[in-house]
Amino acid sequence: MIDPLWWLVLAIGAGTFFWRGSFLVFGGRLRMPEWVRRALNYVPPAVFAALVLPGLIRIGEDGGIDGARLAAGVVAALVAWRTRGTLMTLAAGMSVLWVLRGLGRL
Amino acid sequence: MVAAIIPFGVTAGVAGLDAGLSAELTMGLSVVVFAGASQLAALQLIDAEAASILVWVTALLINLRMLMYSAHLAPHFQYLPLRWRAPMAYLLTDQAYALTVPRLMADDPPPANHWFYLGVALPLWVVWQLATAFGFWAGTALPPSWELGFIVPLIFLALLMPAVRTRPSAVAAAVGGSGSVLGQALPAGLGLTLGALAGIAAGVLAEQWWRHD
Repeated sequence: MIDPLWWLVLAIGAGTFFWRGSFLVFGGRLRMPEWVRRALNYVPPAVFAALVLPGLIRIGEDGGIDGARLAAGVVAALVAWRTRGTLMTLAAGMSVLWVLRGLGRL
Repeated sequence: MVAAIIPFGVTAGVAGLDAGLSAELTMGLSVVVFAGASQLAALQLIDAEAASILVWVTALLINLRMLMYSAHLAPHFQYLPLRWRAPMAYLLTDQAYALTVPRLMADDPPPANHWFYLGVALPLWVVWQLATAFGFWAGTALPPSWELGFIVPLIFLALLMPAVRTRPSAVAAAVGGSGSVLGQALPAGLGLTLGALAGIAAGVLAEQWWRHD
């Protein structure tokens, strides 16, 4: 049997192609209303923040906040802000997390 | 620019494995969707057993920015036949867009920009697929105590920082982020979607507020 997740993958692919092709393929004469253009500017900050924060402020099984993740996230945020580099951000966040986990085990 | 997508693509592979997807499905997602942030978000939500409709809405919300890119590129490539424009649309990514725009905006645009675009977009596609495959393969070999899943929010963090450039965009991020945290008690994915929508609305309102100031 086909995994039903394939339908989800195809649906996301179709929708994404619709965005990508909106003007490029389907309509060179389409015009974007001014309010849509303005709202689109705020899609990246709003969506990415909504994806980041729950990952950093994660409530643990005991009901408390996972402090190591939060600390690692704060350090990584500072690095991301200063360097604008993906690799530097990943390296900083993961090292802080691992160091704190290591200390926690002592 | 191409090198920067490698850790991102590897993470998409690891996340596919983490979410319990088969190798075929993980690669299928990379080939069919080919948009990293939405792939990671979708995998995270699939892992949290979110309703399919919410996974779909969230992924398309994340990819909405492609509409903006498409609108910017379209006038410059309108002279091309559909057999060019359709593949170009499929290959559209943040990186391909960012690298092509300076050429198009030049006072005296160099010729054959579609070849330049393809020269950027196609290698990105190949590297992306290889990185996803490698991530899925390597993920099976790495111990769970490394918490590699934490790379996903870190990647979104690296995407978030350059997106916050103005005061209204900071408002959009603050509202979107806190809305999503507060909505964690809601069914998986719902808090994220509602928080993001509230953030977009807050950004537009903040812009209006400061304009009249």
